[in-house]
Amino acid sequence: MNIVVCIKQVPDSAEVRINPETGTLIRDGVPSIINPYDLHAIEAGLQIKEKLGGKVTVITMGPPQAEQALRDALSMGADEAVLLTDRAFAGADTWATAYTLSRAINKIGADIIICGKQAIDGDTAQVGPELAEFLDIPHVAYVRKIDSITEDSIIVERLMEEGYDIVEASLPVLITVVKELNEPRLPSLRGKMAAKKAEIKRLTAKDIEAEESLIGLKGSPTQVKRIFAPELKKEKKMLEGSPEEQVQKLIEELKGLKCQFL
Amino acid sequence: MRIVVRSEICSGCETCVSSCPYTAIVMKEGKAFITEYCQLCRACLSVCPEGAIIEVMEEGEGVTVAEPSAYRGVWVFAEQRNGKVASVAFELLGAGRRLADTLGVELSAVLFGSSEESARELIKYGADRVYLAQEPLLERFNDEPYARLLAFLINTHKPEIVLAGATPIGRSFFPRVAAILRAGLTADCTAFDIEPGTGNLLQTRPAFGGNIMATIITPNRRPQMATVRPRVMKRLEPDPSRKGDIIYVKPDNLSSRTKVIDTVKEVSELSVNLQEAEVIVSGGRGLGDAKGFKLLEELAALLGGVVGASRAAVDAGWISYSHQIGQTGKTVCPKLYIACGISGAVQHLVGMQSSDIIVAINKNPEAPIFNVANYGIVGDVYEIVPLLIKKIKELKGL
Repeated sequence: MNIVVCIKQVPDSAEVRINPETGTLIRDGVPSIINPYDLHAIEAGLQIKEKLGGKVTVITMGPPQAEQALRDALSMGADEAVLLTDRAFAGADTWATAYTLSRAINKIGADIIICGKQAIDGDTAQVGPELAEFLDIPHVAYVRKIDSITEDSIIVERLMEEGYDIVEASLPVLITVVKELNEPRLPSLRGKMAAKKAEIKRLTAKDIEAEESLIGLKGSPTQVKRIFAPELKKEKKMLEGSPEEQVQKLIEELKGLKCQFL
Repeated sequence: MRIVVRSEICSGCETCVSSCPYTAIVMKEGKAFITEYCQLCRACLSVCPEGAIIEVMEEGEGVTVAEPSAYRGVWVFAEQRNGKVASVAFELLGAGRRLADTLGVELSAVLFGSSEESARELIKYGADRVYLAQEPLLERFNDEPYARLLAFLINTHKPEIVLAGATPIGRSFFPRVAAILRAGLTADCTAFDIEPGTGNLLQTRPAFGGNIMATIITPNRRPQMATVRPRVMKRLEPDPSRKGDIIYVKPDNLSSRTKVIDTVKEVSELSVNLQEAEVIVSGGRGLGDAKGFKLLEELAALLGGVVGASRAAVDAGWISYSHQIGQTGKTVCPKLYIACGISGAVQHLVGMQSSDIIVAINKNPEAPIFNVANYGIVGDVYEIVPLLIKKIKELKGL
C-alpha cells in the first residue's frame, strides 16, 4: 500500500496578530509547527501501514525551511519525505498548490492520500478536494473514523452538520481527516535520531514537469488584495455610573429599542 | 512577481523584518533583504515607512482568461438534506440578491435532489431562476456527481459569481468544481462587495485563526467562487408573490466512486439552539470558574435565550465545546448578545459581531470587546449580572 500524507508547515496561528496602529503582522517569536490536523493525517497513515503493510511518504510544498516539518513527520515513523520547493511555487493559492501536489503525487504513486481537514493559517480546507479532482480520484472530507480499509476500498465516517454519514469509496482515494480520528503518536528517540540523518527528496517545478503557467502566483486565480486587522464596528455607548445606575441605563436603552425580551 | 527592497531608499529601520510571517526578511549591511523564503504575501509592502519595498512584475505574468465579460449573473448553490433546503441557502440568496442588484444581473439558484416545492421556496427568498436536477443519485450527497453536474451547468450558462455554504457539503465538493473550471475559490467569506470599475467580487474572510482579515479577488478568471459560513449573511423576508422560473436539468452519465451507506443523525439540541437563538448570554475567562455559568444560565433563561462561551472558557474546562462561539466554534447572529467577562479576542469576535445588539460587561475598560459593543458596562460580572437579573425580574413582575 502506497500511503501519501500531505502536510503543511504553518506559523502557530494563535500567536499571529496585526498591530492595529501600523497594520503590520506581529509575529515576534511565533514558532513554525506542523499543521495540527496534519499530525492526525500522519497518524492515520502510520496505522494503515501497520495494518496492511506498505510505506508512508510525507510530502509538503513550501520554502526550504519546511524541511523541518518533514523531519518531524519522519521522526513519528514516516518512511520517506518529499519537499516540493522552488521559487516558482511561491505565491500559490489553493488551486495552484493542489495542481503542484498532483504533479508530484502522480510521480510518486499513491493508493491512499491523507490530508488534514484544513491548515490553521488559511483555514480554507480546499487543497485536499482540489487535489483529488486533479488526480481524478474520489475523496471523502472530514473523516472522523475509518471503519475498514482493504486494498480495494475504504469505509469511513464523514462528519456532517447534523451527525455523520457512513461512506464507502473505491481506492485510490483521498481523505481529509479531523482531530477526532485518532491521537497522534509522539516521536520516539530512535525516530528522532533516524529523522535527523534521513534524506529528504527535493523536487522542483522542472522535476515534476509542471506547466509553468499553472504554478505559483502565475497559476493562482485568486489574489490577496489587502490584509488588515478586523474592523470593529459602530458607535458604542459606555454606560456610566454606579453598578445600579449602569444596569438601569441598560434596561432603559433596551426598552427604548422595543426589545421584546423585556 | 517578486518583492524587492530598493536599497537606495531603505533606511535600515527594520520595521519590515517583524512584519514578515515567513521570516523571509533579513538585514544585510544595514539594509533589508528579501530571501528565498518569501511567499509573496505582500504583508511588508504597506509597512515600510520609506516605501522602499515594491513588487516587480515579470513579463507574461498574470492568469488570463478570454473575455470575463462573457460571464453574467449570480448563482447560489442551494444545498439540501433529506430533500429539505438548508437554511444557509436562504442566507446566500440574501447576499446574492444584493450582489445581483448591484451588478444589474439575475440571481439563480441551483438545487440538486430535491422537489419543485423546494425550488418555489427559493424563488420566494429572492431567486429569479432555479436550476433543479431531480436525479435519485443526487438525493444523498456524493462529491463527484455534485461537482461534475455543477461544473457542467456553470460551463453552459457562465455565471460570473457562484456562492455555496461553508458547510461540510459545500466545503467538500465546491473545491472540486473550482479545480475543474480553473476558477478562483475563496473559503468562509464574511463580507462581499463589488469593486467599482472592474466589477470584481471583493471577498473578505478571516485568516490566521481570525486574527487577520484578508480581501481576496479573482481578477482574471470566471466564475468567481466563494463559500460563506451559516448565520453570517441575512436572509430576505420571503415574498410569496415573487415570480421566477424553474428549469429542469436532466443530467446524463452521472456516476460516483463514493457511496453513502447510511446517514446517522447525532444532533445536539444545544448546537442547534445556539444558532437559532434570539438571545445569547456568553461567558469568558473573566468568569473565573465554572460556577459563573450558573449565573449566566439564570439570566439567559429570563430572556428566553441560551448560554454561549468563548474559547478561553471552554479551554479552561468550565463549559463544553458545544457552547463555543467564534472562529473555531459556532458563528451566531442573535438579536441580543450579552458578553460577560469576555475580553474579545478576534477569534471570538468573528463568530458574534454580526449580532443585532451587543452588550459587553467587563472589568477592563480597554477590553477589545467594547469596540464591537453597542452598550458597554465596565464592571464586575458578579455584581452587574445579579443586578440585571433582579431588574428584569421586577420588570416582568416575577
